[in-house]
Amino acid sequence: MSALFSIALWLGAIAVAAWLFRRLGQYASDNAPRFRDMSYGVAFGYVLGVAAIVWLALAYVASLSSDTAVANKFFFLGMAINGFLVFAAAAWVFRWLGRKIGTAGTRKLFRAMPLTASFGVLIILIYAIFSVFAGVIAPYGQDEILQGVAANIVPGGDPNLGGNPDFPLGTDQIGRDIMSRLIYGAQNTVGIAFATTLLAFFLGGSLGFLAAVVGGWTDQVLSRGVDVLMAIPSLIFALLLMTIASVWSSRLGIPLTVFMVLIIAVIDSTRVFRLARAVGQNIVVMDYIEAAKLRGEGMGYLVFREILPNATAPLLAEFGLRFCFVFLTIAALSFLGVGIQPPLADWGTMVRDSAAFINYAQFAPKAALTPLLAAGAIALLTVAVNFVVDWMLHRSSGLKE
Amino acid sequence: MGNVLNIVLQRLALGLLTLLIVSIVIFIAVNMLPGDFAELILGQGATPEAVKTIREDLGLDQSLISRYFGWLGGMLTGDLGTSFAQLNFQTNLGGDGGVTVVEQIAPRFANTMFLAMVTAAIAVPIAVIVGILAALYRNTVFDRVANIFTLSSISSPEFFMAYVLILFLAVLNPILPSLSNIYQGMEFSDRLVKSLLPALTLTLVVTAHMMRMTRAAIINLLASPYIEMARLKGMSPMRVIVKHALPNALAPIINVIALNLAYLITGVVVVEVVFVYPGIGQLFVDSVKIRDIPVVQACCLIFAAAYILLNLTADILSILSNPRLRHPK
Repeated sequence: MSALFSIALWLGAIAVAAWLFRRLGQYASDNAPRFRDMSYGVAFGYVLGVAAIVWLALAYVASLSSDTAVANKFFFLGMAINGFLVFAAAAWVFRWLGRKIGTAGTRKLFRAMPLTASFGVLIILIYAIFSVFAGVIAPYGQDEILQGVAANIVPGGDPNLGGNPDFPLGTDQIGRDIMSRLIYGAQNTVGIAFATTLLAFFLGGSLGFLAAVVGGWTDQVLSRGVDVLMAIPSLIFALLLMTIASVWSSRLGIPLTVFMVLIIAVIDSTRVFRLARAVGQNIVVMDYIEAAKLRGEGMGYLVFREILPNATAPLLAEFGLRFCFVFLTIAALSFLGVGIQPPLADWGTMVRDSAAFINYAQFAPKAALTPLLAAGAIALLTVAVNFVVDWMLHRSSGLKE
Repeated sequence: MGNVLNIVLQRLALGLLTLLIVSIVIFIAVNMLPGDFAELILGQGATPEAVKTIREDLGLDQSLISRYFGWLGGMLTGDLGTSFAQLNFQTNLGGDGGVTVVEQIAPRFANTMFLAMVTAAIAVPIAVIVGILAALYRNTVFDRVANIFTLSSISSPEFFMAYVLILFLAVLNPILPSLSNIYQGMEFSDRLVKSLLPALTLTLVVTAHMMRMTRAAIINLLASPYIEMARLKGMSPMRVIVKHALPNALAPIINVIALNLAYLITGVVVVEVVFVYPGIGQLFVDSVKIRDIPVVQACCLIFAAAYILLNLTADILSILSNPRLRHPK
């Protein structure tokens, strides 16, 4: 209750300050149009924004305070602000470098790039490097249970607080290095999601083009089948199929992860099918397709040599978005305990296993780092991909709204 | 008017047909299990006699089609079968005993509906108001900040939002409880406080979608001639939007709200697990883990039905509110 009361009090104070701000502005600037025509909402927005920035600055200072109780309380806020500043600076430097180095084409690309997009590209590059070279970068193996090292070492590396400098992010319940597992997570989680998306695109794309080229009954049957599959929410359907797959996997001895890739690829290929069919139908009526048909080219040639090259642009933007969905679905399934199976290191599973440590954040904020870092790693990649896709769509549509 | 009624009835019939086909898909999926329920319940070391008894008891010796209609009939009359986990063979074979799926699902269904309603009550006004403001002040700092925030919250996984909220609102500043231990006969205010944190998480996820679509719908309309007319008359920007743009944008906005409530269904599963909220989503995940097929099947059908129903509502509302769709060619 007191929290609500103080929020109301602050909003009231800001409302009064906004009125004063506009009044003083009119007075000081001798009724310049900028202040004369300012609506009250805009003035309120300005003051609210300034208040938020001041509060963040105060919180940042508090997070550096020597009093541990205060510093602990603002530790995560300080970390978030640090992260934001570092990423913004890195994105700016990256864009600046892109404008200086490279061919004329890439330099031109970087010149028109907003900061959010260069941030996205940078993050995607970093993730790609980590996922390819995980084995080289990670100090320990992903399923390596370190002998002679205590389990549950607190992150931070400070021996006074129960840390160990050899393990900057600590170890988990059975003594595996968390930093190595986070790095391997890039390989497993991102790699599996990427493979699943590729499979979904192969399935949905080829069936969609087939439906567009052949038409008639094939089109009807495929489209109605896809309609039915799309009528079930995808996470729910995936969970149902995973239940059945888990029985099969223990019976056949095939890892559950393989089934998961297949199931999610099939469910997601329905969305790709829709797009591929729509794009394909626009292309099929073109003259060059007619010419190819008259030449007597086969179905494979028509789909892969004539339609596919002309449908790449919309499919590529869709690939980014689809990847995000697949990635989030896999993370959600792993978080619920039916996705990527141990001993593979995976971010969703790591969040679930270490979530309880969040409750100790009040006393030792670094204890809560593991679940937040793993969940944050998932969020960061999807945000980055979304920023890039947003920019690509904006560029290709030429929307200026 | 008769024309409209016809279209609505047509859509309803189509929705029912979809539901019927979806039930067939779910039934077929469940029947792809290796072996059958009887072997699954008893494990691999079961004697043939025991398997036979269970098979007869569950009606597994009948044909696939007659079993499907039996299951469908049961669904329609509210008999969803008996949960494996709750199945007590001695009493069940003898007659009564064992908790039926309906008894398990009914209270949880009410809890989930409560959560969804609290979420909608918070999310819908916020989304519409922020969407209108973003359209009004488009391409300003406010719009850009709102854009970055919504894009980030759309793309973060639900559990990340949930844990960040727990960290800031339950652990560092103990304002709200992080566990939603809801039970029957709780007072309304208590219940509301306990389910506020999951509702806030879902709000963050859903608001972003709704707000972006509201903004897009209104910006679309702002290019129309009658808006320019209103502006040239000297109306204030707020008045132009509230009096002229909003009534015309209502159709797409209502559509967006219904579609996003359908999107809640997916989010609810993860959020209920994070907050240990005793809803249908948590029951679903628990049953998936212990392979409790009757419960999984029933939950899946309920989720699919809710999803189809909400999509149908969106469809019908947009037809009713848009004269151009009332006269199909």
